[in-house]
Amino acid sequence: MTPFMSSLFLIGPEIALTFAALALLVGGAVRGERAGSFINTISIAVLLFAAIWGLKSAGAAPAEAFGGALVLDRLALFAKTGILLSAALVLAIGTGFLKLEKIVKYEYAILVLLATLGMMVMVSANDLLSLYVGLELQSLSLYVLAAFNRSSLRASEAGLKYFVLGALSSGLLLYGISLVYGFVGTTRFEGIAEAAHMDASVGLVIGVVFVLSGLAFKISAVPFHMWTPDVYQGAPTPVTAFFASAPKFAAIALIARLLMGPFADMADQWQQVVVALSVLSMTVGYFGAIMQRNIKRLMAYSSIANMGYAMIALAAGSQRGLEALLFYMGLYLITTLGMFACILAMRQSEGMVENIDDLAGLSQSRPGLALSFSLLLFSIAGLPPLAGFFGKLYIFLAAVEGGLLWLAIYGAVLSVVGAFYYLRIVKIMWFDEPAPAFVSSSIVLPLTAGIAAFMMLPGALWLLPALERWSQAAASSLF
Amino acid sequence: MDIGLGHYLAVAAIMFSIGVFGIFVNRKNVIIILMSIELILLSVNINFVAFSVALHDLGGQVFALFVLTVAAAEAAVGLAILVVYFRNRGTIAVEDINLMKG
Repeated sequence: MTPFMSSLFLIGPEIALTFAALALLVGGAVRGERAGSFINTISIAVLLFAAIWGLKSAGAAPAEAFGGALVLDRLALFAKTGILLSAALVLAIGTGFLKLEKIVKYEYAILVLLATLGMMVMVSANDLLSLYVGLELQSLSLYVLAAFNRSSLRASEAGLKYFVLGALSSGLLLYGISLVYGFVGTTRFEGIAEAAHMDASVGLVIGVVFVLSGLAFKISAVPFHMWTPDVYQGAPTPVTAFFASAPKFAAIALIARLLMGPFADMADQWQQVVVALSVLSMTVGYFGAIMQRNIKRLMAYSSIANMGYAMIALAAGSQRGLEALLFYMGLYLITTLGMFACILAMRQSEGMVENIDDLAGLSQSRPGLALSFSLLLFSIAGLPPLAGFFGKLYIFLAAVEGGLLWLAIYGAVLSVVGAFYYLRIVKIMWFDEPAPAFVSSSIVLPLTAGIAAFMMLPGALWLLPALERWSQAAASSLF
Repeated sequence: MDIGLGHYLAVAAIMFSIGVFGIFVNRKNVIIILMSIELILLSVNINFVAFSVALHDLGGQVFALFVLTVAAAEAAVGLAILVVYFRNRGTIAVEDINLMKG
């Protein structure tokens, strides 16, 4: 088999997504708006198919495709599986919302497919060029998704803000890439690693800082977080669920690959930046959330804070740190999607509601949903013995091992602030005067929330070891 | 006077700064923001091509072509979103983009 053919086989799932997206686009153009929900279903099937294909065809050893432009190792496999499954779940839980809001359009599922494709290229990038192209494919699809509800002023404002700040971040990233290229002489990750090992010149360090700040926009780390609350609030809720899950996961995996791969020998330089981003994100994320009344804005601040925790693990810069990071991000994906399933169920007779106070009395009208939501909130607040506690614990242990004891203590102290506002929602659901009850939703939403909540329970013992094993295997591929 | 790599990098750095300032300082019009973004991307291209020539390596010029392509796509998407916004809001003044705050 020629190298080109074997490369094609390695990126089989990506090719499947590409062709599916193009074929569905033609199908949608021919059939018009009626094809919307059909294309949605097909897209879910394609995403699941790509996930299974990727898992089945992956070998134990890392493989390079297209002369080293892409690499397929355990980390890429872990990230791709997470991305594909969460994209499929987002499409599944979003269908009901789009139908009720009368914005079923066939472009929606296709844009999700293309964004997913971009993320898959991102996480297996082994060259700054493929990194950039993957990132832009993802970003451009996400800009359009944010403004997807064309008749809504909020959604178009969200799209505009996201576009302007996202384009600026791409510019920063690109300027950094150009400096790295200029001072190293190649864009290939192995070449950069070699140059960084020999001697990290000033130009290279400046380039790395620019690249890091460009990527910090994508994971909405403070001080690059300005867009997050507005975009989360303005975009249609299923799109917000997508923003909070897969792209964050992909961007964190990409940053981890960059920092622990090509830039591993420059840890002294980037560690300070990552620590600063982490401290700021945790602080702003948790204190900003206290004032919020809108649940989607609250989720935005919550995701900012969670990225702060993820960056503690990154700052540790060790294999243990990477394991803890991937474990935490896996739990974050499950929790976030479960919580958004609950938020999507917040519909009163006159339409969708987004205020936290509208959740009052949920324990009486929908006890099952209230229980799932509460468990998820307990877990993300880090209360033992739920899974979220272990996620944070591993991160703190990795930080202590990496000599960042104070950062671990700071994170632990701040999680009390986080617990305050997460538990306030629980209090509103169980103890406040009931607000008008929610109308019944499709079975998918409470089911998703219930399964996600069940996975957080200490009884679901199979989940934690399995997720831990996967993240260990994924982390070992970079060390 | 010989024009060397340093001069090109200086021009690119100045263009990059003008672009970033254009995004933050400008209070009038979103179109100006789009122009600033283009300016940033073009400054990066100058960097790439200058480095590519200095290093005798084609990679940088290939990268510049990719950047040009992506910049075109980005401008298309940006203008499309801007048109949608204008239809809903009736203005594209930067100071009016303030529906959500907090």
